[in-house]
Amino acid sequence: MSTAADIEQTDQAGSTEKVDLKKRRFLVATTSVIGAAGAAAMAVPFLTSFSPSERARAAGAPVEADLTKVQPGQLLRVEWRGKPVWIVRRTEEMLKLLPENDSRLRDPNSEVESQQPPYAKNKHRSIKPEYLILVGICTHLGCSPTYRPELAPADLGENWNGGWYCPCHGSRFDLAGRVFQNVPAPTNLVVPPHYYLSESKVLIGEEKKEA
Amino acid sequence: MNKVLAWVDQRLPIIKPLEEHLTKYYAPKNFNFWYYFGSLAMLVLVIQIVSGIFLTMHYKPDAATAFASVEYIMREVPGGWFIRYMHSTGASAFFIVIYLHMFRGLIYGSYKTPRELIWIFGMFIYLALMAEAFMGYLLPWGQMSYWGAQVIVNLFGAIPGIGPDLAVWVRGDFVVSDATLNRFFALHVIAVPLALIGLILLHIMALHQVGSNNPDGVEIKKLKDENGNPVDGIPFHPYYTVKDVMGVAVFLIFFFAILFFAPEGGGYFIEHANFVPANPLQTPEHIAPVWYFTPFYTVLRAVPDPFLGVLAMGAAVVILFFLPWIDRNPIKSWRYRSKLHTFSILYFVAAFIWLGYLGIEPVTEFNSEMGLRLTEVYFAFFVVMWFSSKKRSAATSLIVFAVVMGLIVAWDLMRVGSLNPSMVWPALAVPGVYLVVTLLFPIFTNWDAEKEVPQRVTG
Repeated sequence: MSTAADIEQTDQAGSTEKVDLKKRRFLVATTSVIGAAGAAAMAVPFLTSFSPSERARAAGAPVEADLTKVQPGQLLRVEWRGKPVWIVRRTEEMLKLLPENDSRLRDPNSEVESQQPPYAKNKHRSIKPEYLILVGICTHLGCSPTYRPELAPADLGENWNGGWYCPCHGSRFDLAGRVFQNVPAPTNLVVPPHYYLSESKVLIGEEKKEA
Repeated sequence: MNKVLAWVDQRLPIIKPLEEHLTKYYAPKNFNFWYYFGSLAMLVLVIQIVSGIFLTMHYKPDAATAFASVEYIMREVPGGWFIRYMHSTGASAFFIVIYLHMFRGLIYGSYKTPRELIWIFGMFIYLALMAEAFMGYLLPWGQMSYWGAQVIVNLFGAIPGIGPDLAVWVRGDFVVSDATLNRFFALHVIAVPLALIGLILLHIMALHQVGSNNPDGVEIKKLKDENGNPVDGIPFHPYYTVKDVMGVAVFLIFFFAILFFAPEGGGYFIEHANFVPANPLQTPEHIAPVWYFTPFYTVLRAVPDPFLGVLAMGAAVVILFFLPWIDRNPIKSWRYRSKLHTFSILYFVAAFIWLGYLGIEPVTEFNSEMGLRLTEVYFAFFVVMWFSSKKRSAATSLIVFAVVMGLIVAWDLMRVGSLNPSMVWPALAVPGVYLVVTLLFPIFTNWDAEKEVPQRVTG
C-alpha cells in the first residue's frame, strides 16, 4: 500500500524502503503529548512539597493571655501562629482622642470586613473599649509596627495622637489600629478572632462557640 | 609531556577549545579600565563558591540553631571568621563588580546588535544573583535576615487573587519560619548556583560567538588581515589574561582591605541589626535591605499602593531586559553619540545611586517625595533612550515631552491634595530638568549632534 504521505528513503547501506510519514508524525505527536503529561504530573509532588507541612498547619492553636499584667497605656505581646499579637490597655484619654483622627483615616469606620470580626466593628475596634487586641503585622508587607503611644513626638508630627509607626515603609496606624491616608498600608490592622474567658483572661485565635 | 597531551587530545577536546576561547580568540585591542569587571565577576563567583562550600560544613539550616552556628563559625571554627567574612564581603563585591560591568555595557552600547542575547543572559544572571543574595541573607537568621525575608516574600502576597496563597507556598508556613530557612538554604547552595553557572556559560558562549564590543563600538571582525584575524584584535591569551591578572591584584587589595579592616562595611555589607537573633515578634527600629537592593526598594516605596508598588519595582528590573530594543540608535559607544546622550546616562546613574541612598534612609516626607521623583527619572530614561534612537522632528520632541511631563503632572495633581504643595512642585524639577534637556534641547541646540564612528578602533 502506497499513499502520498510515503516517501522513498535510501539508507546508508543502499537499501531502499518506504517511510510512512503519516505514521511517523502520529507517533511523534502522541509520544510528545504523553511525555509532556508525564513530566507535568511529576512536577506535582515537587510543587506541593513547598506547601505548609501537616506540622505547620497544626501549629495554629489559640493562645490565652492574662490581662492583669497590662498596665494602662501598656502593650503586651503574645505569640499566636508565629505572629505577634498585641494587647493594648488604652487609657480614657487615648479613647477620647480616637475620633479626632477620623478625617485623616482611610477606613475610619472599619468597613473592610476582612480586617476584624463583626464584634470588633465599632469605633474602638474591640469588644471592651479599654482593651485593643490586634495582630501586630503591618497590612502592607508584614513588618511589625513600632508602638508610639506618646502625643506629638518630633518625628511623627504634631497631629500624632498615639498609635503605631511601621519602620519598614512608614505606614501609620492610630490607637485603634486604623490606617492613615497616604501611607503604603492599604487596610486597618487585623483584629484576630478572640473572646473573653473571664474578666481578666482572653483567648486569642478562636471565636466564642454559641452554646 | 607532549606525548601525553597528544594522547589525551585524541580522546578529549583540549587544544581546540583552548585555541577557540583563549589563544586564538581575538578581542579588540582597545579594552580599557571598564573591561576588568567581567573577569572579576568570575573571580568573585569562585570566591563565593569555595567559601560557601566550606561554610556549609559548619552551618546549620535550622531556625533553632542557625544563628548560633554562624557565631560558632565566627568564634570557634579555626579560620571560620575569615571564610565567613570572605563570603559576606564577596556578596557585596559581586554586586559592585556586576553594577560596574552593566554600566560598561550601557555606555558602550554592548547590548546592541548582534549582542542582544549576551545582554539577556546577563540580565538573567543579575536576577539569579539577586535571588541568591536574598536567600543567602536569610541564613544567619538575624533580625535583618528575618524581617527582610518577611517583607520580600510578602511582595508576592500583594498580587491580587493568588497572592496570599503564593506567599504561604513560598514560605512553606504562615510566617517566615524554620521551613522557609531550610528551603532557602537548599535553593541558595544548590539550585541557584547551578542555574548561575549555566547562565554564565551561555553568557560567555554567546559572547565568543559574536566577539567582544569595545569602547569605540567598532566591529573588529569587519577588517581582517591576510591570516583572517581581525587587524584590531589581539589574542585573549596572553594579552588579556595578563591584563586581567593585574585587575585581579588591584581588586584583591580592596577586597582584603574590607575583609580585614571593615568586614561589616560600615553596616552596609552586614547590617548591625543582624547581630541580634531573629525575633518574629518585633521588627527592628530601622529596617533597610542590603545596599544592592535599595534602588529598587525605593521604587517600591515610591508607590503607595502595594500591588502597584510591586509592579513598579518589577518593571524597573524587567525594562532592562528590553534595552536592546528600546535603544535603536545604530551608534554603540557614547564616545560617538550626542552630548545629550552622555547627559542622559549620567543623570540616570546619579538617579540610580540616589535611589539607592534613599532606600537605606528612613521614610520622611522629603525622602518619599524624592523617591517618587527619581523613580520618574528612572523610567523616563528609557523613553529618552527610545526617543534618541534617531533624529526626531521638533513636533515629535514636543509631543513626547508633553506626554511624559503630562503624565507626571497629572499624577501630581491627583496626589497633591493631601501633601505639602511647597514640597511637591519644586521637586518636579528633578524629572523636569532631565526631560527638558533631553527632549527639548534637540529643537534649538545642536547638542544632539552625533559624531562619525571611525572604521578602526582608536588608541
